[in-house]
Amino acid sequence: MKVSYIIALVAIAVGIGVILSTSGSTSEYVNFERAAALEKEGDDSEVHVVGKLPKNTVGDITGLVYNPLMDANYFEFQLIDHSNQQMKVVYLQPKPQDFEKSEQVVVIGKMSKGVFVAEKILMKCPSKYEDKEVKGV
Amino acid sequence: MSFAIGDFGHLSVIIAFFSSIVSAIAYWRYASGLSQTPDKDWLRIGRIAFYVHAVAVVAIVSALFTILYQHRYEYYYAWSHSSNQLPIYYMISCFWEGQEGSFLLWIFWHVTLALILRFVNKVWEAPVLMMVMSVQAFLTSMILGVVIPWLELKIGSSPFIIFKEAMPDLPVWSSNPDYIPEDGNGLNPLLQNYWMVIHPPTLFLGFAATIVPFAYCIGGLYQGWIKEWIRPALPWALFAAVVLGTGILMGGYWAYETLNFGGYWNWDPVENAVYVPWLILIASIHLMISYRSSGTALFWAAVLAVLTFLLILYSTFLTRSGILGNASVHSFTDLGLSGQLLIYLAFFVLLSVVLFYYRRKEFPEDSSEPSVYSREFWIFIGVLILSLAAFQVIAMTSIPVYNSIFSAFGWESNIAPPSKPEVVYSFWQLGFAVGIAILSGIGQFFWWRMAEKKAVWDALYLPILIALILTSIVLLLGWLQPNTGEEMSYWEMIAYITLLLTSIFSVVSNSFIFIKVIKNNYQLTGGAIAHIGIALMLIGILFSAGYSKIVSLNTTGLLYNKDFDTETNRDNLLLFRDAPETMLDMKLQYKGQRVEIKGWSGFVDKEQLLPTPNPYRWITKKALVKEGKSIFASGDTVELNPENTFYEILYSKANGDTFTLFPRVQQNPRMGNVVSPDIKRFWTRDLYSHLSALPLDPDDRQWSPTQVYTATPGDTLFINDYVVFFQKIEILKSLPGVKMKPNDVAFKAHMTLLGPNNTPYAITPTLVIDVDQMQTGSTVELNEALGVRIVLTEIKDIDQQKYTFEVNTCQKDYIVLKVIEKPGINILWIGTLLVVLGISMAAYRRYKEFILMRDKGMEV
Repeated sequence: MKVSYIIALVAIAVGIGVILSTSGSTSEYVNFERAAALEKEGDDSEVHVVGKLPKNTVGDITGLVYNPLMDANYFEFQLIDHSNQQMKVVYLQPKPQDFEKSEQVVVIGKMSKGVFVAEKILMKCPSKYEDKEVKGV
Repeated sequence: MSFAIGDFGHLSVIIAFFSSIVSAIAYWRYASGLSQTPDKDWLRIGRIAFYVHAVAVVAIVSALFTILYQHRYEYYYAWSHSSNQLPIYYMISCFWEGQEGSFLLWIFWHVTLALILRFVNKVWEAPVLMMVMSVQAFLTSMILGVVIPWLELKIGSSPFIIFKEAMPDLPVWSSNPDYIPEDGNGLNPLLQNYWMVIHPPTLFLGFAATIVPFAYCIGGLYQGWIKEWIRPALPWALFAAVVLGTGILMGGYWAYETLNFGGYWNWDPVENAVYVPWLILIASIHLMISYRSSGTALFWAAVLAVLTFLLILYSTFLTRSGILGNASVHSFTDLGLSGQLLIYLAFFVLLSVVLFYYRRKEFPEDSSEPSVYSREFWIFIGVLILSLAAFQVIAMTSIPVYNSIFSAFGWESNIAPPSKPEVVYSFWQLGFAVGIAILSGIGQFFWWRMAEKKAVWDALYLPILIALILTSIVLLLGWLQPNTGEEMSYWEMIAYITLLLTSIFSVVSNSFIFIKVIKNNYQLTGGAIAHIGIALMLIGILFSAGYSKIVSLNTTGLLYNKDFDTETNRDNLLLFRDAPETMLDMKLQYKGQRVEIKGWSGFVDKEQLLPTPNPYRWITKKALVKEGKSIFASGDTVELNPENTFYEILYSKANGDTFTLFPRVQQNPRMGNVVSPDIKRFWTRDLYSHLSALPLDPDDRQWSPTQVYTATPGDTLFINDYVVFFQKIEILKSLPGVKMKPNDVAFKAHMTLLGPNNTPYAITPTLVIDVDQMQTGSTVELNEALGVRIVLTEIKDIDQQKYTFEVNTCQKDYIVLKVIEKPGINILWIGTLLVVLGISMAAYRRYKEFILMRDKGMEV
């Protein structure tokens, strides 16, 4: 067998490996119900949940707990997913900057003992890059 | 209100667009006749249209810059990207902050390069410029901002759009139709960094430079100059590689200094989108060199040169079409250009495919089977590895694209990007890096004609031996041991050792080559230098990324964490003001908030200054003295940027060494809080510190109910846990920062607050009495370190020296800090400098070759 054939075969094998690892590495967008089901099934893969922060009548976000004097590495909040289920989310890092301003929150992590433990938080702030507010009007 | 400058700019865009089309067609007609007797008229038209285009582009750039520079907020672009307080050098950054401006920068670089190409080439002028100008037509169409009425189709997004047209729904128009905003929205604070002044132009010059090898190759294929394009294209490919590479690294360095994800590379889609074309460009350069010296692999050299440019177009599509959505932090907002971008991409992909198909039989067939001991064989393997590395990155980065394709076909898809992409990327890229290290180590030996079995082994055994010895030493020193408290799998360990071994081997063997070659001709050492640089970069990345260590471990505050003990994260340390905490072998002490003021190098304690109604102007409480010279007197007005606060942290080591870091928080009304690190650089490692949470503003804090005290000088007060000595009252006729009339009197109470460890803090609540108006006013004295506020509210009895104070207390000032140690990062920076130097040397050498042959009349 020619060397070039062997090399071609190896390259194709690596290419297939890349494709398989790409499709295998993807996460899923789910709701909290599905995330809880995954925990029951013993599947500990991390998922994405998209949701909104609950607000009271005045428009303030409710359920935020961050007390750095007690523990700077514990942040807790409530999140309402697209199926309107509210869930306690725990993030073992300091509260992200400007968390209160975010309109939509994506949490990446998994359910554990009835709470969602987030590894990462992505915030979508409507004003971050495209601010339509005009000063001094 | 005159809109002349905007109209002039917009007109210039339209002229630039049409002139590029005319020029491209004329050059194309002329190029088509090159083999017989070309029609000189076409050449003349092509050139004139090109010059018109160049002048128009300069006019657009000048018009846009004038609008920004003069704060013409009646234009939307100026309003959304700049503001009154912005220093001049950041005005330049405003220019390319927006999508239109960055397209314009790209267009401008194309024009600059095209002018050079126009004058250094003779026969190549028409085939090359027809490609450049057709790309220009597509690029200028992106900023055209013209609506075709009967189709209701908008082409491009103009940077000259008027504020009122961009925001037609503002209520202000009904009351004041001529309204112009007084201040702009400002530049994204993350971009207010000197790297951001030079990183985008460098990156876009790199983007622009990839068009040159592409234009030579496609022009050559069109003319039937299947192999002749390589000589002129090679120096440009090297130039593009060095500029694009520098641009990417500047971006990484900026991220390291400014952002707080704790690194220089984040596998963000925007980063990947330039990394992939760079890899392919490097691969194509290797094949071009291989072809120049041995006449093999011409077809693949051409494919990769073209692919580099097409990948630049693909990355433009990814970052500017809005398709990445939430997947990236810094892609541009969607301007509705995705359709236009897709047509742009599709046009050049189709053109390339058609030309390759048309010329497929003219490519020389490579001689049957390359020998395992030939350099061409090993170069080809290296190119294969680079291509696979690029494929892996692009396959992962394009995940949002697959989602869009699925939904375009109506399939519901809930695929999300990987939750830990860095793990997947590191796995693959580390493997490819090992291959690249080995090949760059042995490839150079094959290169310098030692392609015989025995000669190769004779040359290689010494570098292999040295690499093994050095790696063993590193292992024995324990530098590859996992950090305490962290675990590392066997596989990880083996992978790291392999990467270190192969990289050291590459450094050693390329150093051997370097010494050998420099004796003959130093100009030929570019390759060896660049390869040493790459290997050093790999070593630097291995240590700084693989062995970065969070050192700010929190040892207190486990109250909440009981439920989560298995996955507890304790990466952040709480520091109260003036209360030292121990971390590793050092003590950390948070000393307070600092600001930077104009005319003073270094930082100034914020508590030394008093605010004024203008947030940019503050008044000094005391004289600011440096080296015995008073730079500012007490009561002087100083200028500062109120957005930036620096938090002084003193690090003291057990052996008595100390250093101070000033991590920054920028509070921007538009962006919110932006946290930037401060880095202490040692030879062997960096100590990287940034804030991860900060206390509320004094106004937003919870204050205790007011307590009232009446006291006489000499008294001692007890406020919560603290002791306060009331020493004396000083009667003053003037106070810094307060306008006092001739009859006004100020009563300044001198007090000392004793903090923990009996640290004394001076506090001077002051009452100003306006005798004419029978009014009083008090200054609010706040001690941040203890969270105590004392106000002198009234003089109860002047004869008996009785004064009334109101006292509130709140939480002490604190910060939450994260500190990361990054070993070996300097090896990475040294490596990058060597890569830049090596490729630049090679580019210069190849350019001289081209000039030499051109002057002999041997361009094709």
